[in-house]
Amino acid sequence: MPTPDEIKQRIESAIPESTAEVEDWTGGGDHFRATVVSPAFTGLSRIQQHRLVMDVFAGEIGGPIHALSVKTQTP
Amino acid sequence: MAEQTENPLRDAIAEAIHENRVILFMKGTPEMPACGFSARTVAALQATGAPFAAVDILPDPRIRQELSALSNWPTIPQLFVDGELVGGCDIVTEMYESGELHEALGAPAAPAAPAAPAAEAPAADAGPQPLGVENRLS
Repeated sequence: MPTPDEIKQRIESAIPESTAEVEDWTGGGDHFRATVVSPAFTGLSRIQQHRLVMDVFAGEIGGPIHALSVKTQTP
Repeated sequence: MAEQTENPLRDAIAEAIHENRVILFMKGTPEMPACGFSARTVAALQATGAPFAAVDILPDPRIRQELSALSNWPTIPQLFVDGELVGGCDIVTEMYESGELHEALGAPAAPAAPAAPAAEAPAADAGPQPLGVENRLS
């Protein structure tokens, strides 16, 4: 089971210059909500922005990470 | 035409996406969503008043597998407009709140009222009958 902090660090190391805030949304340890800010999102559509974040956890979402809610922003 | 790929279910999903300008793949039905994320997404779509087609992915686990393989998106629900994946619950909700959803669906702009829409109201227009992709499995 990943912790919010692990998820935060994985996002921040995968997406250039990003900062992420991650919370365990349900307290169950498998549903997280991440707010990610990065200049890498500039010019991308929402779905493309979310894909950058989802791709960090390819294969894990729907498995160990039941759900990851994402909100993306540019600085 | 008689082009038989080895994956009729994926073909049926692709066809449904192609044939319906606005189509939502969800858990349950618009009348009876089986998951909170699907329910929120349906509520946002219904609040725009725009018609949409809906496919329940629960009857057969292969629907979800094939859909995610096709869209390269891991979670349900998934909203497609004009053949393109727009997003899941987070994106649809954000777009609803900003008014972009009305625009994307070609619905007349409504005052941004994020209040939950009356469940019963335009739900009946939500689509003729739910599409049954699973019917094409045999």
